[in-house]
Amino acid sequence: MRNALVDQLRQLAREDDRIFLLTADLGWSVVESFAGEFPDRFLNVGVAEQNMAGIATGLAMVGYRPFIYSIANFAALRCFEQIRNGPVLHRLPVCVVGIGGGYAYGAAGPSHHALEDLGALRALPGMRVVAPADPAQTRTVVSAVLRQEDPVYLRVGKGGNAAVPGLDGRFAWNEPAIIREGTDILFLATGAMALESLAAAELLAARGLSASVGVMAHLPAESTPELVDVLRRHGTVLTAEEGTLTGGLSSLVGQAIAREGLACRLLCAGVTGRLAGPVGSRNHMLQRQGLDAASLASMAAARLNQAPAARAA
Amino acid sequence: MAPDPVMLDRVNGLARKIRRSVLERSRAANVGHIGSSLSVVEILATLWGGLMREAGTHRPDRDRFVLCKGHAALALYAAMHHSGIMTAETLATYCADGTHLGVHPEACLEGIDVATGSLGQGLSVACGLAHGLRLRRSPARVFALLSDAECNEGQVWEAAQFAAHHGLSHLTAIIDLNGSQALGPTREVLNLSPMAARWEAFGWEAVEVDGHDTAGLAQVLAPRGVGKPRVVVARTVLGKGVRYMEGQVAWHYLSMTAAQFDEAISGLEAA
Repeated sequence: MRNALVDQLRQLAREDDRIFLLTADLGWSVVESFAGEFPDRFLNVGVAEQNMAGIATGLAMVGYRPFIYSIANFAALRCFEQIRNGPVLHRLPVCVVGIGGGYAYGAAGPSHHALEDLGALRALPGMRVVAPADPAQTRTVVSAVLRQEDPVYLRVGKGGNAAVPGLDGRFAWNEPAIIREGTDILFLATGAMALESLAAAELLAARGLSASVGVMAHLPAESTPELVDVLRRHGTVLTAEEGTLTGGLSSLVGQAIAREGLACRLLCAGVTGRLAGPVGSRNHMLQRQGLDAASLASMAAARLNQAPAARAA
Repeated sequence: MAPDPVMLDRVNGLARKIRRSVLERSRAANVGHIGSSLSVVEILATLWGGLMREAGTHRPDRDRFVLCKGHAALALYAAMHHSGIMTAETLATYCADGTHLGVHPEACLEGIDVATGSLGQGLSVACGLAHGLRLRRSPARVFALLSDAECNEGQVWEAAQFAAHHGLSHLTAIIDLNGSQALGPTREVLNLSPMAARWEAFGWEAVEVDGHDTAGLAQVLAPRGVGKPRVVVARTVLGKGVRYMEGQVAWHYLSMTAAQFDEAISGLEAA
């Protein structure tokens, strides 16, 4: 995803001389192509994320469209207040790019596990939080970011993210992209959890259960008509997010259900427990947290078998 | 080169008006932060009294000013008012319900580019402005006014490294060295001495000046050749111009009683 992001930026920068890429000394083998082609619109500010957020604020004030790039926790959490008082307070189109969302850096340890970024930045008024599911959707999101004027938090994976079948790079603000139609349950996923959710739907199919899968890359501050419309058509929804349950996708969906009085039961799959603990590959961490496809399918089946959902008319 | 005497007269007159307005508005609003507003009066008068080009306009090549020590915004509002950028009616709303003139400046105000209030963040924004303006081939200069205790913040030194590395010579930082912070003298809370040497070690050209001497300030703030970013370490007095406030840490926060206000104004008039 990070390669798709930088490549898309590079292509757009040929036509748009406002695009500016800053990194806090990360992105080896990723950012060089942009830096080589646009040396005046690239800065490695050194290991100084707070300063990078401030510099981006100043650059945006004189008309640039800065993208600030670092590992998700360093880009989003370390300079949370700088993002708040800079791009958010001044309403400037700075895009904060968080690399390695969720457990992408699984074995690197808890300091590198980005679990609170989506919820934390979604709390900022006027901030657009978006976690694309695969490289093609990442490209579409980058283009969409440049067609609007709000600050954005763009959480992407690391490398080697596979394409999500059926998504075909589709993205629109405020609405889920449906990649599989079913009747018993809706899996609603953000970021790289889309692939796990799709695999879980296939596992359910083998058990005779029919699942829809939606990709909610954009996590808006409030529920949207497009989201409510999809929820209305399902008796049960299982939200899947690679992060804590506070403030992220499950919070959004729970709020939508409660506000609209929807007859939709909510299952929340996300990260629980303390930060400290054994680490390992991303797949290992997903399994530990019950976020792998098999766990998601079991969670869904247990609820559906326990009390079958009322099917939508 | 000695500063133009006509300009100096104007600047000194501006400083007197700013100081009086700070006291009047602070009294009317019953709001503190007087001491740190009074310590920067001559610095603001020098900048807004003619040194900054096209200040307060929307022109892309205007000089930029970042009040990193946002808690001195009252002095900035007064400087902008007496420079003809802000009306008396607007200034009179300072800290009233529904105003945009809070204790710390908002960017929606005409003439204010950067909202501040959280210490340590302004110099980074100034670096971004300076870098972007230079890429745009603008002749604009960027001024950032920091408090001395603000230099406790690590981000200031991130920005200092960046400015030196990229040779942002059109960026000037001014340190209001009043030696006082919220809970005590800076030398007792977290000693920053020697301030100028610290900036020099980070690759800046440092110059020390009496922060209440407008002629000296005009000289060190004047445009110069390319090279390093410059820091002006301005030795100032907290509460300058009001005898009972000068150097007293309490006047970081206190507001004046009616009697204290009268005494302060009498002191200004006698000076």
